[in-house]
Amino acid sequence: MSTTLIAKPERRKVARRNLGAPKGRQVNDVSLKEVRTLLGDLPLERDLLIEALHLIQDGTGAIHVRHIAALADLMRLSQAEVHSVASFYHHFDVRHEGAAPPPKARIRVCESLSCEMAGADTLIAEAQAALGSSDVVIERVPCIGRCDEAPAAQVGARAVGNATTSELAKLLTEEFKAPLSPYVAPYQPLDAYLADGGYQILKQCLRGDLSDDAVMATLSDARLRGLGGAGFPAGRKWGIVRSYDGPRLMTINGDEGEPGTFKDRYWLERKPHLMFEGALIAAHVVGAERIYLYMRDEYQGVLEILRREIAALSAAGLSSHAPIELRRGAGAYICGEESAMIESIEGKRGLPRHRPPYIAQEGLFGRPTLNHNIETLLWVPEILAHGADAFAAKGWSDQHAGLRSFSVSGRVRDPGVKIAPAGIPVIRLIEDYCGGMADGHSFKAFLPGGASGGILPASMAHLPLDFGSFEPHGGFIGSHAVVILGEGDSIRDAAANLMRFFRHESCGQCTPCRSGTDKMVHLLTSPDFDTGLAGDLMEVMRDSSICGLGQAAPNAVAHLIEHFGEDL
Amino acid sequence: MNAPFLQPKLITFTLDGETVSAAEGETIFDVAKRSGTKIPHLCHRDAPGYTPDGNCRACMVEIDGERTLAASCVRKPADGMRVTTKSPRVEKNRKLVFELLASDMPAREDGPDPDAAFWTQAALTDLGEDRRFASTRPAAGGTIPLDSIFRDASHPSIVVNLDACIACNLCERACVDVQSNDVIGMAGRGLDAMPAFDAADPMGQSTCVACGECVSACPTGALLERTVMNEAGTQKVHVADSTTDTVCPFCGVGCQTTVHVKDDKIIKVDGRDGPANHNRLCVKGRFGYDYVMSPDRLTKPLIRREDAPKSAGMRLSFEDRHKVFREATWDEALHKAGAGFLTVLGTYGSQALSGFGSAKGTNEEAYLFQKLIRQGFGTNNVDHCTRLCHASSVAALMEGIGSGAVSAPFTAVDDADCILVIGARPEQNHPVAATFIKAAAKRGAKLIVMDPRQQGLMRFATHPVVFKGGRDVALLNAMIHVIITEGLTNARYIEDHVDGFEALKDAIMSFSPEAMAPIAGVDADTIREVARTFATAERAIIFWGMGVSQHVHGTDNARALIALCLITGHVGREGTGLHPLRGQNNVQGASDAGLIPMYYPDYRDAGALSVRAGYEESWGRALDANPGLTVVEIINSIRAGAIRGMYIMGENPAMSDPDQQHAREALASLDHLVVQDIFLTETAWQADVIFPASAQAEKCGTTTNTNRQVQMNRAAFDPPGEARQDWELIVALANQMGLGWSYGHISEVYAEMASHMHSLDHIGWDRLEADGAVTYPVATEGAHGDDIMFGAGFPIEGGRAKLVPTTLVPPDEMPDDDYPMLLSTGRLLEHWHTGAMTRHSAALNIHEPAPTVSMHPVDIERLGLHENQMVQVETRRGHVNLSLRTGRDLAPGSIFIPFCFGEAPANVLTNPALDPYGKIPEFKLCGARVTALPT
Repeated sequence: MSTTLIAKPERRKVARRNLGAPKGRQVNDVSLKEVRTLLGDLPLERDLLIEALHLIQDGTGAIHVRHIAALADLMRLSQAEVHSVASFYHHFDVRHEGAAPPPKARIRVCESLSCEMAGADTLIAEAQAALGSSDVVIERVPCIGRCDEAPAAQVGARAVGNATTSELAKLLTEEFKAPLSPYVAPYQPLDAYLADGGYQILKQCLRGDLSDDAVMATLSDARLRGLGGAGFPAGRKWGIVRSYDGPRLMTINGDEGEPGTFKDRYWLERKPHLMFEGALIAAHVVGAERIYLYMRDEYQGVLEILRREIAALSAAGLSSHAPIELRRGAGAYICGEESAMIESIEGKRGLPRHRPPYIAQEGLFGRPTLNHNIETLLWVPEILAHGADAFAAKGWSDQHAGLRSFSVSGRVRDPGVKIAPAGIPVIRLIEDYCGGMADGHSFKAFLPGGASGGILPASMAHLPLDFGSFEPHGGFIGSHAVVILGEGDSIRDAAANLMRFFRHESCGQCTPCRSGTDKMVHLLTSPDFDTGLAGDLMEVMRDSSICGLGQAAPNAVAHLIEHFGEDL
Repeated sequence: MNAPFLQPKLITFTLDGETVSAAEGETIFDVAKRSGTKIPHLCHRDAPGYTPDGNCRACMVEIDGERTLAASCVRKPADGMRVTTKSPRVEKNRKLVFELLASDMPAREDGPDPDAAFWTQAALTDLGEDRRFASTRPAAGGTIPLDSIFRDASHPSIVVNLDACIACNLCERACVDVQSNDVIGMAGRGLDAMPAFDAADPMGQSTCVACGECVSACPTGALLERTVMNEAGTQKVHVADSTTDTVCPFCGVGCQTTVHVKDDKIIKVDGRDGPANHNRLCVKGRFGYDYVMSPDRLTKPLIRREDAPKSAGMRLSFEDRHKVFREATWDEALHKAGAGFLTVLGTYGSQALSGFGSAKGTNEEAYLFQKLIRQGFGTNNVDHCTRLCHASSVAALMEGIGSGAVSAPFTAVDDADCILVIGARPEQNHPVAATFIKAAAKRGAKLIVMDPRQQGLMRFATHPVVFKGGRDVALLNAMIHVIITEGLTNARYIEDHVDGFEALKDAIMSFSPEAMAPIAGVDADTIREVARTFATAERAIIFWGMGVSQHVHGTDNARALIALCLITGHVGREGTGLHPLRGQNNVQGASDAGLIPMYYPDYRDAGALSVRAGYEESWGRALDANPGLTVVEIINSIRAGAIRGMYIMGENPAMSDPDQQHAREALASLDHLVVQDIFLTETAWQADVIFPASAQAEKCGTTTNTNRQVQMNRAAFDPPGEARQDWELIVALANQMGLGWSYGHISEVYAEMASHMHSLDHIGWDRLEADGAVTYPVATEGAHGDDIMFGAGFPIEGGRAKLVPTTLVPPDEMPDDDYPMLLSTGRLLEHWHTGAMTRHSAALNIHEPAPTVSMHPVDIERLGLHENQMVQVETRRGHVNLSLRTGRDLAPGSIFIPFCFGEAPANVLTNPALDPYGKIPEFKLCGARVTALPT
């Protein structure tokens, strides 16, 4: 949302500074007072900078630079430090002196693949014509995690599925009357979860009835894998983190930004305490003193649920061994990368770190850190309750253990989160769980793992959906975000859509990703697609990018060249 | 996993097939460099203070068994690792990285800097002319359009062309990690990721302090010195035809520099890796050199016209100099100068003569100057501006520990875990020293900053303490009280090394924090916490400046600081010590060389027969038996009609002395005044003869910085016109007076000086030429100098330090009903001292072009004033008119005026009351009133 470069005429010649004050923008009492009021009782800790910026953005509709100066003064930071963080995150609207006032309402329309296939471009154009004004900004945004209700949008804090211009207009009218509250799904609150036998496993762990070693052994036997995308065996991870000297910390990655993925939201809007119980067990076993739950800002309804339930857990004394802090993302897919998320929790720009050291050794605030995805944790109580074998046996075959939450979208009749056996072939997922292809579409291709996992032809639909299946073919299952494309869909257009997403979401730190995603968009959208040059570019992106974003970004392009020559 | 390492572990791995070893912490890049393997790199600056970041991906290497390549600048080898720095895969990756970057940049020959590191590094790859990727950037592959949104030409000294930026964030690391100025931050994301100043403000309107570190770090020329560029500021066009390694002329930090010269003009200055600066510079050192090329330089000897009477009230511009002076030949000028002194000498005797030497000249000049005054004039009436800065500190140090120099360099903060800064604003006055202090604080050292005015350093402090001006003794004694009563002293150290503890203990009892809190304006709990923090630190060091010394109780202030260190044992070890931050580039050296009325070189008592006898033998005449007069005493003596002739070299008492009108009247009343300078200073207005002399960039010789590091200055070119070397002029004047001096080269002066100074033992001229810097003292020939002194006792009789209790002495003049504001004076980052040099620097003047008085916004509102309004500031001694500046750093009720502006000289206002021991005036506070001037 923010632009670093401002084409001010005063940049063109030597600027005479105001001799009536020290150099640079000075803080003033009015702004200081405003910021103090906006922050309320928020502690002025460095790691809470993003939380502070949220309070200013929410309260004033923008981050005015005079408030940056005031916030910097209060937090004893430099203006540059505050601005560099604010300008990194797309949900912060940095405004300079003399800039137009921020819009009174924001409509965000998702432009990622599933929504684009469902007509997002048309919706955006229509909404812009009908509703756009100096008071109302229509923003194209990356995936907001409602791919099964494409095209999806957001008016203020209210999410809208299957959005139409008339629906947006109606909500806009309401937003003008009073800011819309987020939609909070009817979920299972703490008392209901407790009544249902919840937190018994945690209590067994805390009492010592269930030993730490037994817990880790059970998880390993259940073959529970990290379901944020990397698939690292959970039990082993716990053992590694525990092996480093404390104090240790735990993070929960709720920055579900991979296009096509909405399973975390699915669970948290229904049974959030499965995740909480898993997390509190994990923190106990690895000896993490505190849990930081990082939730993407797009999920306003989920954030509300989490706020309530974290308070309820605290009041019930269930989290006293590992108090839970909720941290709000601010519109940055890269913060789904665990080290970038850690930077963000520390209140910084979300730049992935170099490895080694791995976060298990040196993570949040430099401490050994256990990080898990939402879904990984929510299977933990069930596995411990019913045994490793019972869980593992739910896989598609002996080679595939347990259940998985597949986010299915695109050209299927019945998209949504499908809880299905690990290793299920795509074709069975479509046929048995999604009611087959949508009317008028025949199966052409599928994304096994969101934007990063590549685009594979229908001929590979027999491959088991699990870690390891797609790697030999240059793809991966990742977060289990399955997007189905039909014969009418251009794979080149799809690849370009994905590459635009990566360009938009690259943190900009390393050359191959920052520049490579841009150059690849140019190649994909130019009349003559130079496959040789694209090949060189893919090579440097894969070999030399710092993190998985840049390394995996070319997967779909490689598949386009390899499998979909007719679309070139 | 956490096994203790008894000895440094060596890691053995394979680099391009060769077995190599790495020390713990070394990167693959480090090892490759050691092995002579060149790896291209852009975002990695292989220099002190820079941490590798691994973002540009130019230095990629292949590691067996790893899926992706690794950045060698950040990656540390592990045992058994097999690393390949050259392979088709590696080379293709590197080439593509450069090609991606080059595709978005201006063409080499059209870009800001065709010699930039980017292009020399690119030459290590197969880049060639390949630019296969399309770009949307306006200057890609061509020239930079003047209206490019990537351009920022708003800064006076630095031009920003982000068309050439590769987002490597080196400028951010330069600004934040290295200099801790925190102005540059990488802003935006993805393709928008770009360096920004403050909140993406035009650089010229940002808080940038123009240290220029970003320029030195930038690998593409996206940030460049304006002085090397074309008029439009799009391309470098000036390249040096010679470079000279020398030392910065400004403050006591003593940064080593390389001066780049083209056609006998300096086009830029770079920092070198000197012991005090590790390549860093500040705005003065990097950009303030242009005073040397000022058209206002004196280039011909001048003699006062018969029809031009002297007057304290006169003002003279350089253009109008002919109304008062006529040009003369050197013969005539030297003859007149010498004859004038001989006349005074013959008529009134030696005590009617005096001299002010300079802390801006070399050690050799200082030595020769005091020799001339003592041998030629026959008097000890020789002093210099040290009297106005640290005379009280030196008095207390000599009394307490027997040495006036710092006990440890400021770089000792690297080893300290507690740093106390009081009455000093190093960010303005010792900017490069401040970078070391800030870095130590960021590393985790406790930083206590005590000052009546807030300052930027307080943002880095664990303990920022704002106290009432002039109440240092109350605050410091309360700290001593806490340390003694809470049993936090180092009893063992006191027993071994310190006398006078019991007396101090008795004297301190009335100084409880609770009793002192209302006086000092700091609550008792804070005083206790700060005292405990200092006392319980493993290694603590104290820095102080003029805020401590320039008081009527300046010596007491320093005594209290010395006591703090002595009772806690924070002296004589790594990371501990006492460091009065010296102001001038050579104030340490000039003092060491005897430019002091009570001391011969090496602080040998001028009143002691044994000392004098040696010099009488060397110099072949009877010498003054009594210590001479100090700066303010000399001025008073002139007013009293006792002193009638004066030689002033490179000093400007008409600006620097307190109660300026009084000082100027004195200078105007002299029978004979010879001024030797590079500019027509306010002092020179009253001269009979003016010698045009050499700027630092034109001279060779040694200077001694605040860290006791003797450093070699070298001439970049000759003085302009008929201007001559200062040392040659002192010799010429001596010979006019019949002294028969003969020195073939400046090194001979050094040798003679060193023969009188044990502090320079084993520091020969040749060693200085070779090493550039040597810290004194040096124990044995060829040994390193001792950075940390007094580990084994003090150079005082018995070897034991002496504690001197202090009492509360109020400031001489406090605000009252008539003069209700508390006035403090001091310096600005951009101006040096009285402005004699820097007011002639366009690069510096543009930042601070005119006199201002700073006041807290609360007072501005209360008085019905507004910023940028002209106001009059008046004290019991005089008034000045100047413009009002908002200063939130000031406490309400106080105002601040820098003393560098001749248009509104702050020292018209200041109080000449003296500290009884150091004879230093109380510049730091007096009562004043502020009134609006009609517009």
